[in-house]
Amino acid sequence: MSSNKKYWKSVEELNENSSIVEALQQNEFVEEIPTDDFLGDKESLESSSTSRRDFLKYVGFSTAAASLAACEGPVIKSIPYIVQPTEIVPGVANYYATTIADGFDFTSVLVKTREGRPIKIENNLDAASNGVANARVNASVLGLYDNLRVKSPMKGDSKISWETFMSETTSKLNGLNGKPIVLLTQSMPSPSTNKLIAEFKAKYGNVSHVSYDAVSESATLDAYQAKYGTRGMANYDFSKAMTIVSVGADFLGDWQGGGFESAYAKKRIPENGKMSRHIQFESNMSLSGANADKRVSLTPSQQKLALAKLYSYVTGVALPGSLPEALDKAVKDAAKELSKAGSNGVVVSGIQDVNAQTTVLEINEHLRSKAFDPKTTIKIRQGSNKAVTQLVADMKAGKIGAIIMNGVNPMYTLPNASDFKEGLAKTELSVAFSMKQDETSTNCEYIAATPHNLESWGDFEFKTGHYSMMQPTIRPLFDTKQFQDVLMAWTETSGTYRDYIKSVWTAGILNGSSFNKAVQDGVFVTGSSGFGANGSSTTTTTSSELQDKKDRTFLGGVIHDVAVGVGIKDEDKDVYKTTTTTTTVNNGNSLDTSAVLTGGTAARALAASAKEGKLELSLYTKTGMGDGQQANNPWLQEFPDPITRATWDNYITLSQADAKAYDLINENVANGGLNGSYVDVTVNGVTVPKVPVLIQPGQAKGSVGLAFGYGRTSKALKEEMKTGVNAYPLYQDFNAVQEVTISKVAGEHEFACVQLHNTLMGRGDIIKETTLEVFNTKDKKHWNAVPEVSLNHISTPVSSPDVDLWDEFDRSIGHHFNLSIDLNACTGCGACVIACHAENNVPVVGKSEMRRSRDMHWLRIDRYYSSEDTFKDDLDKKNNISGLGSSLSEFGELEDPADNPQVVFQPVMCQHCNHAPCETVCPVAATVHGRQGQNQMAYNRCVGTRYCANNCPYKVRRFNWFLYNKNDEFDYYMNDDLGRMVLNPDVVVRSRGVMEKCSMCIQKTQKTILDAKRDGRAIKDGEFETACSAACGNGAMIFGDVNDKDSKISALKEDDRMYHMLEYVGTKPNVIYQTKVRNS
Amino acid sequence: MKKSYQSLEDNPTYNMKQVIYCSLTSKMFNLCLVLLLSFSTALAAQEGDPVKGKSLYNTNCAACHRLDKPLTGPALRGVEARLMDEQGLGRDWLQAWIRNSAGVISSGDSYANKVFAEWNNVPMTPFPQLSDQDISDILAYTAEPKPEPVVVEGSAEGDPVQAGGISNDIILGALALLFGLLAVALVLVNRTLNRFAEAKDIAVVAEREKSTPLWKAFAQNQFLVLVTAIVFLLAAGYFVYGFFMQVGVDQGYEPVQPIHYSHRIHAGDNGIDCKFCHSSARVSKTSGIPSLNVCMNCHKSISEVSADTHAEGMNEYGVDYNKEIQKLYDAVGWDGTGYTGEAKPVKWIRIHNLPDFAYFNHSQHVEVGGIECQTCHGPVEEMEIMYQHEPLTMGWCINCHRETNVKVKDNEYYTKIHEELSKKYGVEELTVAQMGGLECGKCHY
Repeated sequence: MSSNKKYWKSVEELNENSSIVEALQQNEFVEEIPTDDFLGDKESLESSSTSRRDFLKYVGFSTAAASLAACEGPVIKSIPYIVQPTEIVPGVANYYATTIADGFDFTSVLVKTREGRPIKIENNLDAASNGVANARVNASVLGLYDNLRVKSPMKGDSKISWETFMSETTSKLNGLNGKPIVLLTQSMPSPSTNKLIAEFKAKYGNVSHVSYDAVSESATLDAYQAKYGTRGMANYDFSKAMTIVSVGADFLGDWQGGGFESAYAKKRIPENGKMSRHIQFESNMSLSGANADKRVSLTPSQQKLALAKLYSYVTGVALPGSLPEALDKAVKDAAKELSKAGSNGVVVSGIQDVNAQTTVLEINEHLRSKAFDPKTTIKIRQGSNKAVTQLVADMKAGKIGAIIMNGVNPMYTLPNASDFKEGLAKTELSVAFSMKQDETSTNCEYIAATPHNLESWGDFEFKTGHYSMMQPTIRPLFDTKQFQDVLMAWTETSGTYRDYIKSVWTAGILNGSSFNKAVQDGVFVTGSSGFGANGSSTTTTTSSELQDKKDRTFLGGVIHDVAVGVGIKDEDKDVYKTTTTTTTVNNGNSLDTSAVLTGGTAARALAASAKEGKLELSLYTKTGMGDGQQANNPWLQEFPDPITRATWDNYITLSQADAKAYDLINENVANGGLNGSYVDVTVNGVTVPKVPVLIQPGQAKGSVGLAFGYGRTSKALKEEMKTGVNAYPLYQDFNAVQEVTISKVAGEHEFACVQLHNTLMGRGDIIKETTLEVFNTKDKKHWNAVPEVSLNHISTPVSSPDVDLWDEFDRSIGHHFNLSIDLNACTGCGACVIACHAENNVPVVGKSEMRRSRDMHWLRIDRYYSSEDTFKDDLDKKNNISGLGSSLSEFGELEDPADNPQVVFQPVMCQHCNHAPCETVCPVAATVHGRQGQNQMAYNRCVGTRYCANNCPYKVRRFNWFLYNKNDEFDYYMNDDLGRMVLNPDVVVRSRGVMEKCSMCIQKTQKTILDAKRDGRAIKDGEFETACSAACGNGAMIFGDVNDKDSKISALKEDDRMYHMLEYVGTKPNVIYQTKVRNS
Repeated sequence: MKKSYQSLEDNPTYNMKQVIYCSLTSKMFNLCLVLLLSFSTALAAQEGDPVKGKSLYNTNCAACHRLDKPLTGPALRGVEARLMDEQGLGRDWLQAWIRNSAGVISSGDSYANKVFAEWNNVPMTPFPQLSDQDISDILAYTAEPKPEPVVVEGSAEGDPVQAGGISNDIILGALALLFGLLAVALVLVNRTLNRFAEAKDIAVVAEREKSTPLWKAFAQNQFLVLVTAIVFLLAAGYFVYGFFMQVGVDQGYEPVQPIHYSHRIHAGDNGIDCKFCHSSARVSKTSGIPSLNVCMNCHKSISEVSADTHAEGMNEYGVDYNKEIQKLYDAVGWDGTGYTGEAKPVKWIRIHNLPDFAYFNHSQHVEVGGIECQTCHGPVEEMEIMYQHEPLTMGWCINCHRETNVKVKDNEYYTKIHEELSKKYGVEELTVAQMGGLECGKCHY
């Protein structure tokens, strides 16, 4: 072990006498199979209605039936295309670049399609500047095949045709007699849509366009607009920051629309002894806080004060207000580090307060932060609280003639949804463009069925100059029309929306570049801008132009060639002329700054506004669920939250101290499931009843957290997905921070929380961690020693062949795959988990099965808490407890480290041990080793003894307790024809009674090898990928062939930070980890 | 529904069909002979050789003319007689027309101009190279009467079949009768003897000895019982094993397809390369059933099979190939001149079904391995209807992997691994198995 830390995954583990922890450590399967209950009880046996003879009859019959049924195979039909599209070859995947832009997530992606069906979202590496696909974007492909989508336009509850829809709505729009028309849309930074809306305004006159974000960034937008003139958010490039101070900004989560983690991770891997330092001030334990080098927990009101104080300490302007001493010192230290870092420092804040955001902008300007890029405006949030509030008031007053909504669900997301409903009834025309019969669309006169993002055309400008193109990857599955098509019809614009986009781009954006190329790339960047808010800056515009404009179809074409392994022919490759123009702009006083409170006025106002409440609620978005529009997505419902590891739920998070004060408990019951108390949560008289409580280590005392996105109703969701409680009614005045009262109510909630599941049998040598100082100054053996075992009373390193039970095989010939996971770069975002689901047809098992620890995730991200300074003392203290009297009070104190633990994420999948314990115990040789290093699993050979799972030290094997496909009991996505379209045809869908596990994506490595064989070429480094390594935008997962000595993975295997999990077991895994280095 | 046969010979329908076909052909032959003889007088007058004429016709004329159906040009059966009867034009006119139709037209010949206008002013290709003899050969061929399949079918139920049936029946009936008579005779003899004995007062006492019956003796001999039981069990085991081992093995599976598609004609007679239609076998895991537009590449202009092929189809396989082509047109929505847009997919029945848990990639075998399609699919070019030739079991796959060498030549991918592995195993050429082709994970994931 690198340090004396004790790692723990749940507060329950701190209690050494806990029977449940002991049970979980000792038993692979928590629940005993109740054979004794049944067979041992003579009475119940005798009273059983099934007699022995009946039993034998059934057995005989079913055996006979099964063997008879097996004799006759089914007749399988093969139906070829009538006219096969040229770009489709059955069995070969095509990739298309497109965009997912659902109003909450905006990402450029590549979509893998098979036989015309999109089956997986992958990262578009050309578009790295816009961030990579997160878990929700990865899961969005399943939304395309949602059985509950609206399949045609509807009027009330009845289906109508588009002709009827168009004629009725057009006549109504024309007959409003000057009453205003309102377009209420999601944030749409789309040049073409905005032009269309402008044309719509011109045609119909009294039209206003209101952008609405379910989770508002309005204050950030206001502050930026006041300071820089345009509505948007400042861009940050964390790869340029060495000191990052975040006050309440979960910038590894959904802060400012997300997409910052890749740049952040770049500086987290120590390079030449340097890595960035990250200090986080926050109340809820967020992903950013979990990754921080130093995390300070404080209530939301203290955050405001801390930010003001930070401003004061950095700039030297004195401000009133005082923080508790420890906090003040933390702020002072952070300010000191920031000042020292100078332009290498950056401050971000998620406090939704104009003054706070202005203060942040000012601190960054003061620091002349290199990471701070205010000239590149992030445009993916545009909503205005004021406009939305005004709209609801106007609607209620009956002033609005028609409301046309696209991509929003205000009946669910508005805190005053009832007002909105009232207003909706007073409009003469209400149209909801929606994929679902959701809360809003069912209350509208018309539902205009819209296609999924993957069926639509679109264009977006994520940031100034960073464009992204959306193209359909499949023909619309249903009778749908997108918002823009209908707008075009209303404005009587001819042509298709694609043509319209093309004309807009050709006229204004492309500047001579090829439109088809922009569609093919999915992204188009007009120029990158430099930094420095004041003074002059240099803009370098690089425009690439096709030297030789070849005509080629934009669909398929070259991408197809590449996909089928033909590769781009040399003569087909584009040759570009690159012209670089350098423009120097002086922007010192060019912006209107009159409206901005300067010189600390904002900070002063901020400090003054910090009012401490008794208990403060911070509403947040969960990594898996976001704003809740994908609540019917079973992959996301079953996605364990990175921090709490709870699935299928949202809950009040609160600190241990507060839990005690309110008499709330979390306890693990006999089967390992977690139970929690219920509370009623009340904000300003609005009560959300029966919210379960989850005690969260690291939650600031005096604060509670609650996630958006759950508690949905309506026909848009299957019954199973209607989980959790709706937090939006508490989101009053679009303020994520509220003063709240909670009161305990009766009952206990059953969580499906995997945090205690599959523990590593009490073994501790799992995570290696050190500090940057030790890492830089000390030898490897101090912080990453190879474990030693005793051989003839001599300590021998476990890597020595003398202490090995197995003979070593020669693995030097051919490929030998290894996967490296860097604990420094992993932020725990979980994109890999969903990518693994999509690639490997991993089933969804549902909440109650999850609670029984029967989750099927092939890849889990373990989250470990640790606390350094106090923990050893605590252990001593505990050992010295004498007598019952003192123990009661002192045991309580033992949980102090739970106040503010440090967090480590560790993705764990099958370790593909070269000396695999699972292989030796399989009675039927269903799991065997391949030469290429994979531990292979032949499902059709497995008889389900589960010995392998028992013998696996990493607990990565998953057993199919049920048939999860075509089974009404598991009605998630594998139970209907539409949902099954997402399945990867190269990976078999497992049946009941077999063991399954990570295959190291053997289907992907085999494909890479085959492509190379067909081309007759050697394989280059970087060609081999697994689904998880391809999904990881942080570079935390690197996959490759260690027999290729020049490969990245070979270098990583020789790295000083490299270690194997549980190395002393001697399993020789092919998955390697890189020791976590903390900059503290 | 699916049927599985151990081998083709076990397939009763297959054998039966063959028998019928045999008799059909011989009948046809006889009939043709009769027909030919009856027309021999007409043929003798023309001095042409219809057999030569046929080959000349197929090379020169068949692109635009059918015998019985107008194509680009008019139908040619009995053209000479028709011209003589209707127009009074003789062979010299025909010769001039065939050698240079444009010349005849420009000469102002009224019938020539009429015909030219009638056939959309498309001039006929001139054939100056054809000699008088050639032309008379061709005309002799065109003068042959149309074979009348109706007559043939009618006669199919005629004498020979019945004769054969009756003769068999007679033999069987006669035998049965003989045995019957014998049995009756025996009974009668027995009765008569008994009567004699009765008359002479001899008591016919069926005196049974008090010996143990055979079955009892057998049952008492434990050794024999044991041996019999073992033999019985072994035999039962053998049959049960045999039964279970063929479950799911569909060797010989030959379902009736929605369109009677003949691989024999396409791959065999016409020599079309397999991968011409099954092009995705080169790049994909599936060989792909050709989409209908691939069929239409050729069948846009081939709407009918040649008369011979047609006759062969009718006689040997009982299928009208032209009707089968029409099925394709119906499916793709082709009305002879253009697409109607009313297409309906063809639901082929899949013959080679690997289970879902086995991954097989065609391009790996066809393109990388250079394996002939026939290695796994059998003599497709001889198959009238596609059937599963090999068992497609795992053992069958593995055997081939053990025996086949990897085609490493000129493939840069294999350079390094081949060098190292061949040194390790001390062999010149590596089998698929040595390359790792027996690992579970290579096919099961």
